[in-house]
Amino acid sequence: MMLDDTDRALINRLQDDLPLSSRPFAAVGAELGLSETEVIERTKAMKDAGAITRFGPFFDVAAMGGAFCLCAMEVPTDRFEEVMTEVNDFPEVAHNYERDHALNMWFVLATETPEGIADTAARIERKTGLQVLCFPKLQEFFIGFRVNA
Amino acid sequence: MTVETEISDREITAALQGGLPLVAEPYAEVAGRLGISEEALIERIRAMKESGAIRRIAAAANHYKLGMVANGMTVWDVEDARVAELGACIGALPFVTHCYERPRAPEAGWTYNLFAMVHGDTRDEVEAKRQEIAALLGGACRSHDILYSKRILKKTGLRLRKRG
Repeated sequence: MMLDDTDRALINRLQDDLPLSSRPFAAVGAELGLSETEVIERTKAMKDAGAITRFGPFFDVAAMGGAFCLCAMEVPTDRFEEVMTEVNDFPEVAHNYERDHALNMWFVLATETPEGIADTAARIERKTGLQVLCFPKLQEFFIGFRVNA
Repeated sequence: MTVETEISDREITAALQGGLPLVAEPYAEVAGRLGISEEALIERIRAMKESGAIRRIAAAANHYKLGMVANGMTVWDVEDARVAELGACIGALPFVTHCYERPRAPEAGWTYNLFAMVHGDTRDEVEAKRQEIAALLGGACRSHDILYSKRILKKTGLRLRKRG
């Protein structure tokens, strides 16, 4: 899908917090000079094309008593697809990326309790037979998540 | 003072974790499924934003589809005594989207304690940004590396486990 300038302006705006009102797409449309219908149709098209992976609230499980943790594994190349399926099957795995390094699989666990992280990592180790390294955040230097389109 | 509610934050989270429907009145639709009023749902979401349980209501973009094909996780071994000060500097750079201090894993040969995500249109661009970070860290950084992402294997966000 080719994004036009209007799509780009829209996706940039949609990555920031939306007003919490009954008709959020009308509010965004008013900011950008688009109709509510056009905002919804363009957002749907970008979601269908995969440019937007998800639209909705971003939950912080840590603020709800749970935890997040970045984890990494060194997966033998010939087992990569099999291990990927095993790891992705865990609902606690929120995202998973293949990276160019000996530690070639990096995923984020999101669990409802802090103990859930070690427990899930141990279950992934049992399932795959591979070591899971856990890198919980100690400090966050937060500015923003936006990627300019 | 707490208002008595019959629906828990967990139920609201479960209803919204897949995202909001792309319709004119998304909260009304979700509220209908939950059997509560739209106003009640919006108020609950407002309270969850105030408590930090919801960080924002927004879209997650796929960097690759936006042409940002080079995504590098830069990792740095920075003196512990200076990591807070330097992390704040790196986190403030306009091309860094996330920056965290994390524990080292020396038993696995992993000596890095500062992580900064850098996105760009090309690897050359990301490499130039990495050099900019290296210059900022100067002698406080003992070694560094970059892990380019090759593929998104999963990106669903939070999913609660079903309860029995």
